[in-house]
Amino acid sequence: MSKRRQELIGLIDCDQFYVSCERVFQPALKGKPVVVLSNNDGNVIARSSESKALGITMGMPYFKARDLVERHGIIPFSSNYNLYGDMSRRVMDTIETVVPAHERYSIDEAFVQFDEAQPEYDAHIVKQTVRQWTGIPVSVGIGPTKVLAKVANKIAKRQPDTGGVVDLSNAEARERYLKEFDVAGVWGIGPRSSAYLKSEGKPGDAQPDLWEASGLEPLLKKSRVETAYELMHCSDQWIRKHLTIRGLRLVWELRGISCLPLEAFEKPKQGICCSRAFGQPVMSLEGLGESVSMHAARGGEKLRKQKLAASHLTVFVSTSRFLTRPEEMYSASASLRLAEPSFFTAELVAAAKLLLERIYKPGFQYRKAGIYLADIVPQSERQQSFLQHTDAGKRERVMAAVDGINRRHGRHTLRPLSMGYEHKWQMKRELLSPRYTTNWREVPRVRLSEQHSS
Amino acid sequence: MWKRRADIHVIRPLQLKRNLRIKVPLILCRVPAGFPSPADDYVERTIDLNEWLIGNELATFIVRAEGDSMTGEIHSGDRLIVDRSLEARHKDVVVACLDGEMIVKRLLVRDSRYYLQPENSSYPLIEITEERELIIWGVVTHSIHSMR
Repeated sequence: MSKRRQELIGLIDCDQFYVSCERVFQPALKGKPVVVLSNNDGNVIARSSESKALGITMGMPYFKARDLVERHGIIPFSSNYNLYGDMSRRVMDTIETVVPAHERYSIDEAFVQFDEAQPEYDAHIVKQTVRQWTGIPVSVGIGPTKVLAKVANKIAKRQPDTGGVVDLSNAEARERYLKEFDVAGVWGIGPRSSAYLKSEGKPGDAQPDLWEASGLEPLLKKSRVETAYELMHCSDQWIRKHLTIRGLRLVWELRGISCLPLEAFEKPKQGICCSRAFGQPVMSLEGLGESVSMHAARGGEKLRKQKLAASHLTVFVSTSRFLTRPEEMYSASASLRLAEPSFFTAELVAAAKLLLERIYKPGFQYRKAGIYLADIVPQSERQQSFLQHTDAGKRERVMAAVDGINRRHGRHTLRPLSMGYEHKWQMKRELLSPRYTTNWREVPRVRLSEQHSS
Repeated sequence: MWKRRADIHVIRPLQLKRNLRIKVPLILCRVPAGFPSPADDYVERTIDLNEWLIGNELATFIVRAEGDSMTGEIHSGDRLIVDRSLEARHKDVVVACLDGEMIVKRLLVRDSRYYLQPENSSYPLIEITEERELIIWGVVTHSIHSMR
């Protein structure tokens, strides 16, 4: 038997990432039940295994979880995106120092390429390096395809005796594991996972799920396809008929035929969305204007970071979706096309404010506002209009200076005036931990002497 | 790959495939026309403190010291630069996680036994016995002490 040399794919996934970030700087939280809440402290978006065992579910509204939290002394945190974003950067860059090819899939997951010779050894090196350098524990799944690497990762997380690394590149191992693997756990089959929940409103993490909408599980269960192994052995015709071509690709991946290559380079984004729900309702045009200006400024920053420019801008506002009386409900959006693709904050803010004035209606309790940038092109490919009278080089230099200052002294140090300063609408984050790694004033405090000397 | 002794994890530094580099901005003198600056030949680049203070940026964290047990070397309020990627050795100042509490001490290793030593002699030497859990959080490489 001749063995074809194959490239193996690894999925590195941080264990309970948000919880782990908090634990790095508060080691006493080890072994204690912890939950992390979404924006405005709304829902549970991360939980430690201890909280899971106590009955906390993913996405559970905080007001429903409160009883359990108080009864069992679960420690709740507001989501600290400054901290999670910086720890994610450290984890991803650390992975990159160990393995060459690397695709960031989400804030806490990356696909990598492993050498066939010793994938498990390499996986342990990645795991140990990330753990030591950043303090974040990760699990590694290995397989000939992305879907199998995902399956392997789930098994690694679920079964502690695996040591956090599972290799499914071997056909026998694959058969053994897949026979016991619930079909709902296969990437793209079950309900949208925690990754989707977590991505809601999260800055800098807008990568869409490869499989987008899911929900194939009920159909499969009805046809008595219970395990990944049974799915793998369905005929191609049956799969095509019931699960479409999307399902077929997935099943091929399960069989070990790669259909989803590693995307090592970040694709230019389709669109950039910046929005946030308000901590308390906003009624005034000024209040909404501040929020929309902030999002436009943030959008400009995101564009410049990736050397992009956008020519289409949308502004949207809406009241709470939990209202029942139609006369209290309002949502609207408006768009405009800029004369030329732009990354210039002042221009984006001015356009956003113009659009806001067009859609604003007084008398409503607004709960959310945001902007969406589309028709995005690399700055180098920017088509310049004949009418243009702006000095692009000058704008670039101005914005580079602004971004530099904001990087050094904290976001929004230099800001459009229309953004305001008070921000009564700012989101509710009552249980926020310090920004340990991104703010001089909030670095961890470490005692020189023991507090409880024994 | 890593040794386990009692509750102490000693992790060996790993071989990296790529060297880490900190970017250093270079100053280039712009000469539109006319006379170049006579100092031009001597300008190399600006001094970048990161280059001096930080070895591995990804594993480096800043913490603030509080308390008085290391008086003489580290003062309350000093910012410490902590590198998590370094292997802790005998006599290193470390951020240690002792039974869940983060503290700064000097690590002593004698006959495969571990001790945490305060610099201030009015505090006791802590011996790491079987019942205690010690994890080395990181090695302190520099202390930033403000003089005014």
